[in-house]
Amino acid sequence: MKTLSCAVGIAVVACLAAIDAVRADGSGDPTAVSSDSGKYFDKDGNPTFKIQADGTVDWYTYSGFRRYHSECHVCHGPEGEGSSYAPALKDSLKNLSYADFQAIVAAGRKNVGTASTNVMPSFGENINVMCYLDDIYVYLRARADDVVPRGRPQKREDKPDAAVKAEKICLGAS
Amino acid sequence: MRPRGLMRDGRVSLQLFGRKAMPMSKIGKLALMTSCAALFGGAILPAAANDELAKLQQDPKQWVMPTGDFANNRYSKLKQISADNVNKLQVAWTFSTGVLRGHEGAPLVIGDTLYVHAPFPNTVYALDLNNDGKILWKYEPKQDPNVIPVMCCDTVNRGLSYADGKIFLHQADTTLVALDAKTGAVAWSVKNGDPSRGETGTSAPMVFKDKVIVGISGGEFGVRGSVTAYSLKDGKRVWRGYSMGPDADTLMDPEKTTVLGKPVGKDSGTNTWQGDQWKIGGGTTWGWYSYDPELNLMYYGSGNPSTWNPRQRPGDNRWSMTIWARDVDTGATKWVYQMTPHDEWDYDGINEMILADQTVGGTPRKTLMHFDRNGFGYTLDRTNGELLVAEKYDPAVNWATKVDMDKSSKTYGRPLVVDKYSTDHNGEDVNSKGICPAALGSKDEQPASYSPDTGLVYVPTNHVCMDYEPFRVSYTAGQPYVGATLSMFPPPGESNMGNFIAWDGKTGKIVWSNKEQFSVWSGALSTAGGVVFYGTLEGYLKAVDAKTGKELYKFKTPSGIIGNVMTYEHGGKQYVAILSGVGGWAGIGLAAGLTKPTEGLGAVGGYAALSNYTALGGQLTVFALPN
Repeated sequence: MKTLSCAVGIAVVACLAAIDAVRADGSGDPTAVSSDSGKYFDKDGNPTFKIQADGTVDWYTYSGFRRYHSECHVCHGPEGEGSSYAPALKDSLKNLSYADFQAIVAAGRKNVGTASTNVMPSFGENINVMCYLDDIYVYLRARADDVVPRGRPQKREDKPDAAVKAEKICLGAS
Repeated sequence: MRPRGLMRDGRVSLQLFGRKAMPMSKIGKLALMTSCAALFGGAILPAAANDELAKLQQDPKQWVMPTGDFANNRYSKLKQISADNVNKLQVAWTFSTGVLRGHEGAPLVIGDTLYVHAPFPNTVYALDLNNDGKILWKYEPKQDPNVIPVMCCDTVNRGLSYADGKIFLHQADTTLVALDAKTGAVAWSVKNGDPSRGETGTSAPMVFKDKVIVGISGGEFGVRGSVTAYSLKDGKRVWRGYSMGPDADTLMDPEKTTVLGKPVGKDSGTNTWQGDQWKIGGGTTWGWYSYDPELNLMYYGSGNPSTWNPRQRPGDNRWSMTIWARDVDTGATKWVYQMTPHDEWDYDGINEMILADQTVGGTPRKTLMHFDRNGFGYTLDRTNGELLVAEKYDPAVNWATKVDMDKSSKTYGRPLVVDKYSTDHNGEDVNSKGICPAALGSKDEQPASYSPDTGLVYVPTNHVCMDYEPFRVSYTAGQPYVGATLSMFPPPGESNMGNFIAWDGKTGKIVWSNKEQFSVWSGALSTAGGVVFYGTLEGYLKAVDAKTGKELYKFKTPSGIIGNVMTYEHGGKQYVAILSGVGGWAGIGLAAGLTKPTEGLGAVGGYAALSNYTALGGQLTVFALPN
């Protein structure tokens, strides 16, 4: 389903010219090489962000910003910056892969010892999280790669029809 | 060793609020002393637990309740430390709790023992004041760590209560446990809620008369809030009153329970909700409760309705965001007042109710004062719930122009909401900008202190605004049920995120105001020495002049302060104690610093990050004057 589009390729080049060229996070090089209905993917097929030269973010990065600040921020702090309670995900995603991220969100994680009592719940049954898992990942990946600043993204692409459809199906399935 | 003959009728005259002495008819019962009596310098203990606590709180050498006294004044008659000498204060001793999470609340001092609690795992230590704080006993409950992630904003615990030779602990997993004050042995234990549904325990249990009363947390998980009274003696449940639901659940009488002087009518706890939404309606109850023994009423506030998306729950959502007056014996609701009908901003109404007798508008009143998250400072007549004063205690507050005080108006008692800042008016998926205060409120749970000497209330405040965008969410039991994105920042043109203010509750006016770099998230203490103490998020314990607010002393403790200052006297010396341990909502919201939304792309958060000033830690620091 992921078709390499010439237009996207040109946009990516423009994008790379505007920001640091050498970059890698827990899923490798985040550069978008393909897209499908407004959703972008890196060379390994992992979801990724696309930031245009004027700062316009793709829909999923923007949506991830919103969902993160509803579901994750009460523990992990604003914009993935971390808190006194839970780690900074903008740092975590420098090492965690897309698959790691999915697994931890779905299953939760425990780190309870003498010095710490960190427990993340399983969100596998929470459609407010699971229906937007890629959105949240893409936003945090952009934060990890330092291409989206703190605060609300000021400009964004329109919500793709595919996102509207997928959201309906996902939420309706509950 | 428990005193026998618990009295059913609490309306006996107690030496409280400095009015009535204990009647002679009760003196006979005083012969029944507990073994603890000797600890209290020969003080005689009355028979009923309410008499015991009422008596004990008259002794300024001890700090016997999490709120200092029934009236929630957090005022001490001790005056060895005064405005003249507080600048000489020194650290006398310290104690590490061994836990790194946010430390709210304050220790108790009963006789020669100091009792201190910690966040999850909710360790309790009894420390011997005669022996340099040697550990007399330690209690650490076994709790399923799965409760941790359902505690929305850190694993805080707001402290212990004492009565009848027992220490009461309200654990994270909602277990209420009674410990023998001498040995730490469990006397009884009862489960108040179900963490798998998002119900957790963070509030301090409160002892009024022969009951221990606990609330519940979990407003961000669709929990239906309640307060529950358990028998002091054996933990048997006596009554439970919900924040919403049918009259049988809310313990309301359609005719006798009043709101602003009028009967509430039938099923007022369901008829402003759509369908069954009241069942996951929120209105949790995790603040500090107060009690008036003469009226036999307890007072507390209920929290925000679930979800944070107002469009998803049309109606006034009664009785979330409400001040409650309940009969302590039966739980029956005497009166209610809803401050923020149909919340659109998470202005959780749980903050403490402070009781004081003062003259308002030329009339002596038994008043209740409350500083709500919504930024209004309220003064009500606590006998009947009449609204006397409702004024902004932070000039930045903009979501409402005022509270309608016109008794003939259709909107009497309601805030007059500004459309621009109404997240319901603006709708789902719209980002409403520049709303003051932020969801943190102009004040959160950090309790204020009332000094009868100055007639002023000393209020720790937040000075933070927000953008708020609600959107649709689905409810899953035990999962967060939020439905809004928000970002926070100081009011336009300002950089201080907090103020510490003196407030006149008779007129609703700020008397003085001190700027603080961060929100002031520590409970205040006022004393007969003319000093007011509070802590800061950077970790300073500060002392200011009660009359002028002038800073007289500060000392930087090892971690940020979200605990409450308390004082006691031992061996002829006055001590001031504070728990350090940054965390809670403050640690989550402010650790990384706030964002400056107006600067858009390329800008880094323009405000100080708390993480540059302090790190995790859990420590009790105790101060005294040098010998």
